[in-house]
Amino acid sequence: MSKTHVTTTINGDVTEFLCEPADTLLSVLRNELQLTGTKEGCGSGDCGACSVTVNGRLVCSCLVLGVEAQGAEIGTIEGIESAEKLHTIQEKFLEHAALQCGICTPGLIVSTKALLDENPDPTEEEARYYLAGNLCRCTGYDKIIRAVLDSAKVMRGAA
Amino acid sequence: MSEAREFKYIGQRTIRPDGYDKVTGRANYGADLSLPGMIWGKILRSPHAHANIKNIDLSKAQAHPDVLAIATYQDFPHVQSEAFQAGEVPTDIIDLARNVLADDKVLYHGHAIAAIAARSESAAQDALSLIEVEYEVLPPVMDVADAMKPEAAVLHNNMFTQGLAEPADKASNIASRMELKKGDVAAGFALADLVVERDFYTPTVHQGYIEPHATTVRFEENGQAMVWCSTQGHFDVRASTAKLLNMPLGKLKVVASEIGGGFGGKTTVYLEPVALILSRKSGKPVKMVMTRDEVFRASGPGSATRSHVKIGAMKDGTITAMQASLCFEAGAFKGSPMGPGCMTVFTPYDVENMYIEGYDVVVNKPKVAAYRAPGAPQAEFAAEMVINEIASKLGIDPIELRLRNAAKEGTQTVYGPKLKRVGLVECLEAAKNSPQYQSALKANQGRGLAAGFWFNIGGLSSVTINMNPDGSGTILEGSPDIGGSRASMQMMAAEELGIPIDQLKPLVADTEHVAYNATTGGSRTTFATGMAVIEAAQDVVRQLKERAAAVWNITAEQVDWADGVAINTTGDDRLTVAEICKDAEKTGGQIAGTGNINARGAGPSFAVHLCDVEVDPDTGKVDVIRYTAIQDAGKAIHPSYVEGQYQGGAAQGIGWALNEEYIYNKDGIMENAGFLDYRIPLASDLPMIETVIIEIPNSFHPFGVRGVGETGIVPPLAAVATAVSEAIGVVMTDLPCSPPRVLAAIHGKS
Amino acid sequence: MVSVVYKAPDSIQAAISILSEAEIATKILAGGTDLLIQMQGLVNESRLFVDIKKIPEMMQATLGDQGLDLGPSMCCAEFTAREDIRAVYPGLVEAAFLIGSTQVQGRASVGGNLCNSSPAADTIPALMVNAAICVIAGVKGERSVSVEEFVTGVGTNCMEKGELLKLIQLPRPAKNTSDAYLRFIPRTEMDIAVAGAAVSVTLDDEGVCTAARVSIGAVAPTALLVQEAADALIGTKLDDKALQAAGDAASAAASPITDRRGTVEYRRHVVGVLTKRAAQIAATRARGN
Repeated sequence: MSKTHVTTTINGDVTEFLCEPADTLLSVLRNELQLTGTKEGCGSGDCGACSVTVNGRLVCSCLVLGVEAQGAEIGTIEGIESAEKLHTIQEKFLEHAALQCGICTPGLIVSTKALLDENPDPTEEEARYYLAGNLCRCTGYDKIIRAVLDSAKVMRGAA
Repeated sequence: MSEAREFKYIGQRTIRPDGYDKVTGRANYGADLSLPGMIWGKILRSPHAHANIKNIDLSKAQAHPDVLAIATYQDFPHVQSEAFQAGEVPTDIIDLARNVLADDKVLYHGHAIAAIAARSESAAQDALSLIEVEYEVLPPVMDVADAMKPEAAVLHNNMFTQGLAEPADKASNIASRMELKKGDVAAGFALADLVVERDFYTPTVHQGYIEPHATTVRFEENGQAMVWCSTQGHFDVRASTAKLLNMPLGKLKVVASEIGGGFGGKTTVYLEPVALILSRKSGKPVKMVMTRDEVFRASGPGSATRSHVKIGAMKDGTITAMQASLCFEAGAFKGSPMGPGCMTVFTPYDVENMYIEGYDVVVNKPKVAAYRAPGAPQAEFAAEMVINEIASKLGIDPIELRLRNAAKEGTQTVYGPKLKRVGLVECLEAAKNSPQYQSALKANQGRGLAAGFWFNIGGLSSVTINMNPDGSGTILEGSPDIGGSRASMQMMAAEELGIPIDQLKPLVADTEHVAYNATTGGSRTTFATGMAVIEAAQDVVRQLKERAAAVWNITAEQVDWADGVAINTTGDDRLTVAEICKDAEKTGGQIAGTGNINARGAGPSFAVHLCDVEVDPDTGKVDVIRYTAIQDAGKAIHPSYVEGQYQGGAAQGIGWALNEEYIYNKDGIMENAGFLDYRIPLASDLPMIETVIIEIPNSFHPFGVRGVGETGIVPPLAAVATAVSEAIGVVMTDLPCSPPRVLAAIHGKS
Repeated sequence: MVSVVYKAPDSIQAAISILSEAEIATKILAGGTDLLIQMQGLVNESRLFVDIKKIPEMMQATLGDQGLDLGPSMCCAEFTAREDIRAVYPGLVEAAFLIGSTQVQGRASVGGNLCNSSPAADTIPALMVNAAICVIAGVKGERSVSVEEFVTGVGTNCMEKGELLKLIQLPRPAKNTSDAYLRFIPRTEMDIAVAGAAVSVTLDDEGVCTAARVSIGAVAPTALLVQEAADALIGTKLDDKALQAAGDAASAAASPITDRRGTVEYRRHVVGVLTKRAAQIAATRARGN
């Protein structure tokens, strides 16, 4: 079976890859492009570890086909920091100890960025519901939510 | 330890050194390693809960052009029955082999039967359908109570109950029975004004780590092999795998990847031996990654239990006798945490008369693995529910009742040692004084409180600290870092050496770069590996002092050490770590310190949790509206990660209490093997979890550390279930308190 | 693994051509949040995926005097952000908002939810109470069916080979009309409905209910319009007694199953509770409060 050629933009860089039409975007990112920061926790859209943005919209990359990336803008955890400097959200996750094992962390950071892009001043409840699709089994979410709300505050320049 | 010691780094909230890799996606977990020429392995799993395998026909799969190797039980070199402890739960090596790949019988839905390695993951998956297995389906045994009945179908016809007064003469699903006792319970119950007894049930639950099991292996031409995997204990992966494959330890290198959660579930092997067989047969590196479905069906969950607890008390709240019968499901092979369950069930109480019996029982479910304080949550749930009922019936505040009977220094445990100084009373006092306990409740709300105990363990740890010529150092430890322990190691070494933490880089070394370390479990890492770090740092300091002495031409005893500086007590000379290391080549070569210990004196950790819930009386849905977790840490090395352990334990316990359970149909098929219907708590399900760190130092640790990782999952089951019970006016004895069960209880009341 | 042929036409006409000429089993790929999971575990099978997200009218929603013309594949995140639509059809928007996580909302669509035709689909009861019409395009032209007619069973619908759901039309609600949708799940998010209920009510100037529609989900092979429940509301001022009667009628109409998500008894009870509560919310909205 012949593979499909896909041209896409990942974290701002034009990228080409070959994939089977049935391959998920997650599989392409991890196995073809070695962007292993995007994690697989369930393969069914229930855990959020594979969260990426497609044309600015937050999605689970396990529920997107690689071929659907044609002409799209993909954002992954590898594109969150800029010029070798951590994003505020990354700094706040570290500062608040908002990770233990860290496997959910890339997905949560991508999701938090999407949240704050949409809503720069979320309430605790809004943050909790927006991030309900990002499972964390280690932290009980307390420190994650604190990191998210503190990030929002700093990013609004209200710190 | 010296009570007066002032800490410079211990107790700070530093940035964890491995954190940068983890927030950027650079950190490499189990599934993140690919090797040149690598192929993929997949496992064929049983569609039945219980069946004899009559025949396996591999011929069609072997003919598939992309299939490069197939593994079955026949590929294990001859393994013989032998007690084997690798990880936290005892096992038999033959059971381990038969769990990794079934021999002549499948014992649970999802039991591995054969594995295929093929050029692609999808080809391996597709080729599984070419394997033809002929089954003779047997009746499944799905509940511990059914399994214990004399007429139950027997899983293992060569298993005879151990621990009976008379040797068993008939095969049984009861692998063993144990009992613990002190005093005379009959006499104790005779003294009681009130006796409460009830039956309790807890379901099969999963640790629910977000990272599935994953490994990449390479078997090399010269008989050497490398295993990269996500594990809590790579040395025990080496031990198990080498034993199963009859390899010398020195031929097998195991590298621990970053680990995406374990909670006890990554303390044994599933994929690693199979992948090595496939690699040996194919001559290629092999990668295997479980799907989420496989993780639920075929890794080791936590035991379901049925227990009976009976407690007697006098009117003033003095408990006179405590009795428990605890039946633990082991899953398909013997080896549940029934022992720790018996040890912990009543240990928060200083009561003269206790009698505890435990049963380890096999059923047609996956072989259980450790799950955070294995055995304790189930056992203590039953005990704490009865304690709360006694408090309610006697009209005594549940904290006062516990204070009256609380375990303390000198309390004789039922399992052996007398307790040293412990912090239960302080936890109870903190609960009494907490804002939550002082707050009022509204209609349809309820409050529950429960205590929890876990003994913690020590064991073998080895650490090397290599000093660099500029005075910085590398800490080589062998305990996989499951929740920030590198930060603690870095801080403890910095404290001992007196140099800034960023001068020290902690690394989790593979099995060839550091000596044996016991598996990360039993809340042992910060305690035991921490002690090895301190010992290694002290070894470095000793050498630094010797080198300074050599420079100054005095004896090492004439050198003092403070804040990372050697001080000549016979003059005014000073030498920093950096200065000594820079000239190390002139004073005897490079400096490296080691700490090799078998840590004794793990400090038990007690906790008290408070839970407020609101119940929707029309649907039975429970919302946790407020939660406080209080626990004795001994000494919190990094308070943020200590709090994180309390919060994480509470969250897992809340999930266990409210919604988590394995759901099987009548044929023993698991119906909710995914995160959609195995419902772990979400961000939107939980409130902030308030924490209180109590610090009653453990005298056996130089800084006073007790393990903190596990105790936090013990109290929530009873705290939540009591809160629900209070809200609806019915005692919830069966978990989870899911909406249908709570609604049925409400309707049953009227 | 399923072997996939992927096509992404840019017009409805092109899509219909592809669908009608397909020689292998064909699946329409909208958000893929159900489809990709359903494809997992298939061995030696082939599927043609027709991705319809490149077709502009499939991705648009227009609210006008006549009502809502909803492109079936507009993702829920975009749909639920439309304040104009929320103001008119709050119940439908809340149903769409309940589908999956934020991530799933970024892909899943009302049309996809409808075409997947799960008994537990959240938007189907909400579409039913709004008397939504499904416009289906095929080689032989277009046809329109009600949502009740569209869904024919568990995971099945009336679409035939070569057909595509091209539009969902909702009439503009009458004056003093509003809707609500509630579902019950064990957690706060991320679950499939154990039971669901949508209610639409119309009030006269005296506050008397003159028209009502009640639809219940996850308690029968398809979502059900429950006339008895609507009748219990019509002619009343939607007092507690009327709401209770509507709830009881919904419970009586339910024919649920016991599965990993709930029991027969529990679902029957809860669907009544939800109907009562949803009617209460719809009434409050219709009163303009």
